[in-house]
Amino acid sequence: MSDPAAVTADRGVATAAPLHRRVLAQAGFETRAVLRNGEQLLLTLVLPVLLLVVLTRTELVRLDTTDRIGLVAPGALALAVLSTAFTSQAIATGFDRRSGVLRLLSTTPLGPGGLLAGKALAILAVEVIQVVVLGSVAGWLGWRPTGIPAALLLLALGTAAFTSLALLVAGTLRAEAVLAAANLVWVLLLIGGGVLLPVALLPDGLAAVVRLLPSGALGEGLRAALTGQGLAWGPVLVLGAWTLVLGAAARRFFRWH
Amino acid sequence: MPATPATAVVVSGLVKRYDHRAAVDGLDMMAPAGAVTALLGPNGAGKTTTVECCEGLRRPDGGTVAVLGMDPVADARALRPRVGVMLQDGGLPGAAPAGEVLRHVAAMYARPRDVAALSERLGLHTFARTQVRRLSGGERQRLALAAAVVGRPDVAFLDEPSAGLDPQSRLVVWDLIRSLRDEGTAIVLTTHQMNEAEALADQVVVVDEGRVIAAGTIPALVGSDGTVRVAVRPIDGAAAPPATDYVLAARLAAALEGAVQVAAVSPGVLQVRAAADPALLHAITGWAAGQGILVDVAPGRRTLEDVFLDLTGRHLR
Repeated sequence: MSDPAAVTADRGVATAAPLHRRVLAQAGFETRAVLRNGEQLLLTLVLPVLLLVVLTRTELVRLDTTDRIGLVAPGALALAVLSTAFTSQAIATGFDRRSGVLRLLSTTPLGPGGLLAGKALAILAVEVIQVVVLGSVAGWLGWRPTGIPAALLLLALGTAAFTSLALLVAGTLRAEAVLAAANLVWVLLLIGGGVLLPVALLPDGLAAVVRLLPSGALGEGLRAALTGQGLAWGPVLVLGAWTLVLGAAARRFFRWH
Repeated sequence: MPATPATAVVVSGLVKRYDHRAAVDGLDMMAPAGAVTALLGPNGAGKTTTVECCEGLRRPDGGTVAVLGMDPVADARALRPRVGVMLQDGGLPGAAPAGEVLRHVAAMYARPRDVAALSERLGLHTFARTQVRRLSGGERQRLALAAAVVGRPDVAFLDEPSAGLDPQSRLVVWDLIRSLRDEGTAIVLTTHQMNEAEALADQVVVVDEGRVIAAGTIPALVGSDGTVRVAVRPIDGAAAPPATDYVLAARLAAALEGAVQVAAVSPGVLQVRAAADPALLHAITGWAAGQGILVDVAPGRRTLEDVFLDLTGRHLR
């Protein structure tokens, strides 16, 4: 045995790294996880870019406008938020929950709060990459957006609403069910949720409902803001209300086990 | 520098129910600093639920848990840096490379262990670039152990630390656990492997159906060379024993003319404190015939496995 005093001196009391270091480490870890996962990249970057290019350069979908890119680019950004904040996050969290990653990390100094903060930061980091890539491609296709501050507010609100939904789904369903639900919701909202294409293209009855969904509110709000029509308060209220409801539900029903 | 309390973990009267079924039902245990405490029991005995209550992952329905004098749920923020956890199902992110996972966990601590040295010691460096999901069961266990101890915890909860390990890895893991103990860490591990408990544990807590059915040091549980174990049961297996263990112990002591001590050590098992010789064994079996019971007489030190089977019953559940 070595000198007990030396052992004690070496041990001290274990302490946590500073909060910002822990949260940043978690954000970096989760961001790298998205970027190295092929399926997640397909969902968050490849498909939005592909849809942006195809819908702008072809007449596959009739848009009653002379400025196709002006309508399609905001939709691609809304789809990017749906992909990252909802589908990608729900699947990652659902499987991390099943495999015990959430529980293990919550016992480290990161804690449950730091884990959620790291996730939120990682979502924002991926969205920054998406906005840069989609914005560059759209710019190359001739996009000249206005109303960027209003758009940023809507992107933040949409992210909050969809992240809350992702955590609600991931924290209550089995991992396989989360995978199915997250992908199904992505496809349904892409086709009929007013994300990528204007709600006006939908049948009247459906359009009224879709405007009240977070997808429709985010898509319509972004299209209005980025085509110079200013900040529409309807979508802001809809997204804010969904964030409150979904956030409260996630807080209430999320299970770590 | 605050001193580590000598008793690092105190669990008293712990109750935890899932859907009205009690997984843990009034469990008491203590784990001292600088010692390995093994929770030993069959699958479903409540071992994992007990450590999860100590880790703050589950809230007790009754009783109290104190880790380093603090409440695992209410004082979680203060405890997390000082408690290391190895979950039974791993809890390691599957898509990331093994080395990155360990560095990531280390980044949560102000003064973590040297990751390279720890990796070398546990043989993690050979698969540091491999995704966790592609690791073998034994590799994953060693990584999970490294993650549990990288923060220099005062208390480590290790749930089945050597499950799925090959013999070489198991020795490496046991060696690390022993040196943590020598540094003063309180180690609480669960296992259903007798040899692991015998090899590692300073004290064993035998758990069955959510309760402690025996606890103590290994020598106290398995007896020593100067004892004879007498397992008693009625001739007709369906009938109740003619008397309680304590009464039988008193009767046997009387039959042996009070020359030796007889104690009821566990359900259906009496222990005679005397070295076995033909005359003693003859006296015991003669007494049993008079009582109308069958006895299983075993002289000397038992294995922990014998003790365990005596305590938990020999039938499969």
